Amino acid sequence: MAVYSTSEFKSGLKVMLDGDPCAIIENEFVKPGKGQAFSRVRLRNLKTGRVWERTFKSGDSIEGADVVDSELEYLYNDGEFWHFMEPTTFEQFAVDATAMGDAAQWLKGQERCIVTLWNNVPLSVTAPNHVVLEVTETDPGIRGDTATGGVKPATLESGAVVKVPLFVEIGDKLKVDTRTCEYISRVKE
Amino acid sequence: MDEAWRPRATLATLQARARCLAAIRAFFAARGLLEVETPQLSAAATTDPALASLATRWPAAGGTQRYLHTSPEFPMKRLLAAGSGDIWQLARVFRDGERGRRHHPEFTLLEWYRVGWDHHRLMDEVVELVTLLLQGHALAPAERLTYRDAFATHAGIDPFSADAAAWRACARRHCIDCSGLDDAERDGWRDLLLSHAVEPALGLGRLTLLHDYPASQAALARVRPGDPPLAERFELYWQGVELANGFHELADAAEQRRRMDADLARRRALGLATVPPDGHFLAALEAGLPACAGVALGVDRLLMLQLGLDSIDAVLAFPIERA
Repeated sequence: MAVYSTSEFKSGLKVMLDGDPCAIIENEFVKPGKGQAFSRVRLRNLKTGRVWERTFKSGDSIEGADVVDSELEYLYNDGEFWHFMEPTTFEQFAVDATAMGDAAQWLKGQERCIVTLWNNVPLSVTAPNHVVLEVTETDPGIRGDTATGGVKPATLESGAVVKVPLFVEIGDKLKVDTRTCEYISRVKE
Repeated sequence: MDEAWRPRATLATLQARARCLAAIRAFFAARGLLEVETPQLSAAATTDPALASLATRWPAAGGTQRYLHTSPEFPMKRLLAAGSGDIWQLARVFRDGERGRRHHPEFTLLEWYRVGWDHHRLMDEVVELVTLLLQGHALAPAERLTYRDAFATHAGIDPFSADAAAWRACARRHCIDCSGLDDAERDGWRDLLLSHAVEPALGLGRLTLLHDYPASQAALARVRPGDPPLAERFELYWQGVELANGFHELADAAEQRRRMDADLARRRALGLATVPPDGHFLAALEAGLPACAGVALGVDRLLMLQLGLDSIDAVLAFPIERA
């Protein structure tokens, strides 16, 4: 794997730090007048999600991390792993619950997701920004109440629970924003 | 479509920059200093291990190495030794390996020298000029702080007596995670804590002048004997940003030569390129540099802060990536 010197640090670069793959969020060049130059870096640990700050002497170098974001198709889950497939090579990947994180609640099958792979091992999954899912559980709707105002919880077929307007009924298909967990609209068949 | 042909600075910023340069000219004209222009190219380079000079050849085909200056200090001191009297210059200078929100490889230094003044008197004049250029910003009276007191107050450590363990503990207290410094790199530790903990606390609501630096950081300033010996060097801060660096200038030729030799040895030890020291500058010192104080101010940074902009690029017509 490539080695990067501080002069090559930039946002988005994937590096190894204390044995974990990290992404550089921000790199600041710091140099007190005619003194030692430093690189002040904010990084996200791609395994734990934690953000931390490290300072490097200018000219020091660190190992790059073999981290790649791949678009994979979700196939199914067997209770322990979520299975994905690379659509052109048909290579399959098994993702555990930790790496799935919140993405699991939005998927029912065939969604294209961004899966972050480290040394070809799934590290994290990002569900598509918008998904369309059927309501499986919610209190009865009030017919004709298309006015705004009240909300109620609704459970979707994938397991997610979102707040929806009062007129939504079981069986409705809803478009949802997975980043904000918000109802966007009802979708006609 | 390629939009990189457009300037980075807005027209309003370019106009503010022009007003700033005009105000600087008027300031020195009113005080009777001589404006000079000294070469950007030299056969010599600064020996300071912390500075990297850009280079070219002259003639381009088969000629000798020439270096772009990192500051106009050497030729300006040659002028002083030749009897120029007080001089000032708006110099475009060049530094390799420095790029960031406050660093650009090519930038403008306002540098001036006052014969017969010490650094304290020059600090007063720096405050006068900068206050003028920062008109529109409310400033409490300028603060003068020794290097030692600044560290005591803002880092909780004595930068002169602290040992490696004390520096590491200090860094931990300030949540600074830096594993690249050896125990022996005293100035490295000082610079780490200065840049991460002390500087952000300087120049808030008023100008702060830091002075009485460690002798090891004297550069071209005189060193006052004592326990510990202190460099007659000062730096100006505003809003946590270093804006100017000044000295009660070293005039002792033998001492200057010793420092340059030490610099070259340090360069070798660090595996840095060796550079030819400025023999004309040393000869000028031997001929006699009048007692004087000098200062270099970063005009781009001053303008950047004055306009409330967050990057040095914002005050440049064309930063290097689109030059």
